[in-house]
Amino acid sequence: MSVLTAPEPGGLVGDVAPAVRSRVSWKAPITYAVMGLASLLAFGVFTSGSAESTFVISTPSDAWQIAPVTVPSRLTAVVLSLVALGLAAFVAVRTRARRRVGVWVPVVFGLCIVLSFLTWADAGKVAPITLTSLLVGGLVLSIPLVFGSLAGLLCERSGIINIAIEGQLLAGAFLAAVVASMTSNAYAGLVAAPVAGALVSVLLAFFSIRYRVNQIIVGVVLNGLVIGLTGFLFSAVLSDNIPLLNSPPRLPVLPIPLLSEIPVVGPVLFRQSALVYLMFVIVVLLQVMLFRSRWGLRMRSVGEHPKAADTVGIDVNRTRWRNTVLGGAVAGLGGAAFTVALGLAFTKEMTGGKGYIALAAMILGRWNPRGALVAALLFGFADALGTNLSLVGTPVPPQLLAMLPYVATIFAVAGLVGRVRAPAAEGIPYGK
Amino acid sequence: MTEASVGTDRAEHVEESRATRITRDILSSDATVVVLAIVVALVLAAVLIAAADPDVQKAAGYFFARPADFFTAVWDAVYGAYSSLFRGAVFDPQASTPERQVRPFTETLTASVPLIFAGLGLGIGFRAGLFNIGAQGQVILGATFAAFAGFTFHLPAGLHLVVAIAFGVAAGAAWAGIAGVLKARTGANEVIVTIMLNSIAVFLMAYLLTTDAFKRPGTNPISPKIEPTAMFPSIFGPPFRLHWGFVLALVTAVGVWWFMERSTAGFRYRAVGLNPHAARTAGIRINSVYVSVMLIAGALAGMGGVTQVLGTEGVLQDGVAGTIGFDAITVALLGRSKPVGTVLAALLFGALRAGSPLMQTVSGTPIDIVMVVQAVIVLLIAAPPLVRAIFRLPSPDERRARRTAVLAPKEVAA
Repeated sequence: MSVLTAPEPGGLVGDVAPAVRSRVSWKAPITYAVMGLASLLAFGVFTSGSAESTFVISTPSDAWQIAPVTVPSRLTAVVLSLVALGLAAFVAVRTRARRRVGVWVPVVFGLCIVLSFLTWADAGKVAPITLTSLLVGGLVLSIPLVFGSLAGLLCERSGIINIAIEGQLLAGAFLAAVVASMTSNAYAGLVAAPVAGALVSVLLAFFSIRYRVNQIIVGVVLNGLVIGLTGFLFSAVLSDNIPLLNSPPRLPVLPIPLLSEIPVVGPVLFRQSALVYLMFVIVVLLQVMLFRSRWGLRMRSVGEHPKAADTVGIDVNRTRWRNTVLGGAVAGLGGAAFTVALGLAFTKEMTGGKGYIALAAMILGRWNPRGALVAALLFGFADALGTNLSLVGTPVPPQLLAMLPYVATIFAVAGLVGRVRAPAAEGIPYGK
Repeated sequence: MTEASVGTDRAEHVEESRATRITRDILSSDATVVVLAIVVALVLAAVLIAAADPDVQKAAGYFFARPADFFTAVWDAVYGAYSSLFRGAVFDPQASTPERQVRPFTETLTASVPLIFAGLGLGIGFRAGLFNIGAQGQVILGATFAAFAGFTFHLPAGLHLVVAIAFGVAAGAAWAGIAGVLKARTGANEVIVTIMLNSIAVFLMAYLLTTDAFKRPGTNPISPKIEPTAMFPSIFGPPFRLHWGFVLALVTAVGVWWFMERSTAGFRYRAVGLNPHAARTAGIRINSVYVSVMLIAGALAGMGGVTQVLGTEGVLQDGVAGTIGFDAITVALLGRSKPVGTVLAALLFGALRAGSPLMQTVSGTPIDIVMVVQAVIVLLIAAPPLVRAIFRLPSPDERRARRTAVLAPKEVAA
C-alpha cells in the first residue's frame, strides 16, 4: 500500500500504456497563479501608496556595512507579485509543453511572495525588518527539519516509512541535554544525540521489519512512547537535579575566517556551530552517495523493487535495518539542535511537531536531499517570519501567523506535490 | 493417504487432545495477547517507576549489604503508584462515604466518553484504509463550535443541547472533510494533511479565544460558561460527573457496529480498506468513499470534543481537548478498529486518565507514565508473535498449519 502519496485519480492509465499520453495536470500552474494573484491583491493593491518599508541588511559586527534599504511599499509589492505571476505563466507554458520546471522556479516564486508579504507587513512601521537576523533565525529553526527530513529520506528510500522522526528528534534532544550537562561538554551531547535517535529507530525496524507491523502505526506509537518516556524522566529525574542533569552548555560558534565577514551570507552560513556545518556536509554527502554510489543504488533498489534486489543478492531486510538505524541517528543529531546547539535545557515535548513538518519537507523535496534541504529551509524561514513579525507588530494576529508553515504544507502537498511518487515498495514488509 | 485414514486421524486427534486443545485455543487467542500485552506494559512501567524512585536508588547503593531493603523500596514505589492509580480509577476504599468510594469508577466512565466517540471515528477510517491522524484537530473543532453554540444561543433545554451537538459534529466533520476532499481530488496524503490540520486547529482555537465572539470579558483566553440548557444532563446527579453522553456513546458504538458490518456503505468502506484496486474494479467509487469516511470519522471525533465541553468541562479554554485525539488513535488500534474493542479500550484508557492525577499527587509518579503504558500496550498488540515469543505461547498458525496438513490430502483427492 502506498501510504504517503496515494495514486492520482487518473494515474493508472498512464502507467500501463505509454502510448496513451497521460493528461496534463494543471494543478501546479493554477496554484502558482492563485498565490500570485492573492499576493498582488492583498499585499500590493491594498497597501497605502505613501507608506514605506525598511529593510536592514547588515549586522553591526559585519566587516563592511550596508545602509538600510527603504522602498515604497505598494510599488515593491506590486512588482514582486507581478514577477511571481510571470513565473506562474512560465510554469503554465512548460506544463503545456509537458516539460518539468527546475527547482529554482518554486524557490524564486516563494522568495517573491515572501518579500512582498514582508514589504506589506512593514509598510508604514517604524521598526525595520532585519533581514539577516530573519535568515539566521530561519536557519536555526530549520536545523532539526533538515536532519529530520534526511532521516525520513534514508528510511523511505529503503522502503520503511518513518513517522517516528518526531520521537527521534525528541530522544536526541533529551539525551544530548543530559549527556552534555553531565560531562559539561556540548560536543559529548552531539555524540550522544544520534545514539538516542538510533535506539528509537531500532524499535521501528524491529517492529516493522521483524514483526511486519504497519509502519505508520509503529511510528505514531513510538512518538507517543518517546513523549511519555522523556516526559516521565524529565519530571521524575531531571527536575530534581537541574544543575547536574539539565543545564547543557552551548555549542560554540566557529566563525570561518574571512568568509564569515561577508555581509548577509557570512553570518548566515559561516558564523555557525559545528552542527550546522555538519548538516551541510551530510546533505552534500547524501546527495552524492544516494545517486552515485553502490550503497545508494542498493538502498534505492530495496525501496523500489525489493524482489529484484533480492534476486541479485542484496539482503533486503539487512539493508533496511541499516538504513533505518542510520536514519534514526541522523534525526537524533537534529534533536541536538533543540538543546545543546542553543544551550537550552530540555523541556517536555519541546520538539512540538517539528518531526511531522520534517516529514512534509521530505515529501516536498521529493525524497531528494537537495530538495529536502530547500523545503526545510523554507519551513524554518516561515517559522522565523512569524516570530520576527510579531516583534515588528503586524496587522496579522500571531496565532494566524503561526499557522503559516502548516497551511503552506497542505497547499504544497495538495497543489504542487500531488504528482510526486514515493519509493514504490515503501511501507510493504518484505519476506521471501 | 486414503479418505478413511484421514477420518481416523481426525477422530484420534479430537479424542486425544480435547483438553489440551481448548487450553491451546485460549492461550493462542487474541484476548490472551491483549491481556498479556497489558501485563507487560504495566511491568515495564513498574520498572521505570522503581528506577526513578529516590528510595530505590538509595537502597540499590547498598544492595549487596541488605538486599531486602531494595526489594521493600521497589515494592513500596510500585505498589504506591499502582494502588493510587486504582483508587483514582476504580474504587477508593479510603474515601469517607460510599458515594465517594465508587465515584472513581464513574470518573473512569466519564473520561472514556470522548475516547469512545473519537476512537469509533478513527476505527472506521482505519478499516477503510485511511490513516486519519487528525482526530485531535477534529476534537478541538467539535469542542470549539459546540461550546460556541452553548454559550451564544439561548434556547430551551433539550433543543439547545441538540443544536450545540449539531454545531460540534458539523465542525468536526468539516475539518476532517478537508483532508478527505484533498485526498480524493488531488491525492494529497491524508497522514500529512491531518497532522497539519491538527496544528492549525490548535492555533485556530487560540485565535478564536482572543476574539470578542468567543472570549468572556477580561484578559484570560477563556470563553463564557456554557448555559446549563446546553449541557448533557447528569445520570446520577452530584457529586458524580457521569452524564448521558456515556449512554449515547454506547448507543453510537452499536450503531457503528451495525453500519460497518450490516449496511451496504459499511461493506464498501471495508472493501476499499482491504483492497482499493479490487474495490475500484468492482465499481465502488473510491474517491467518494474517502470523502464520506472522513466526514463520518470527523463527525464522531467532533462528538468526542462535544461531550468533553458539554459533558465535563462546561467552558472552552486552551487545552480543553487535552490529548483526546492522540489517545483515541491508540484506543482504536488497541480495539482493532472494531466497536466493541474500541469501547473496552476506551474504558481502559479512561481508567488510566481518571486515575493518573491521584497517582501523581499521592505517590509522586509523573502522569507521563500513562503514555508509556499506552504506547507499549499498542506496540505489543500490533505484534502478537512478539507477545507469544515472550511467554512461549503456542501460535494459532501452528494449529492452522496442522489442520491444513490433515485436510490437504482430501482436497487433493477431491
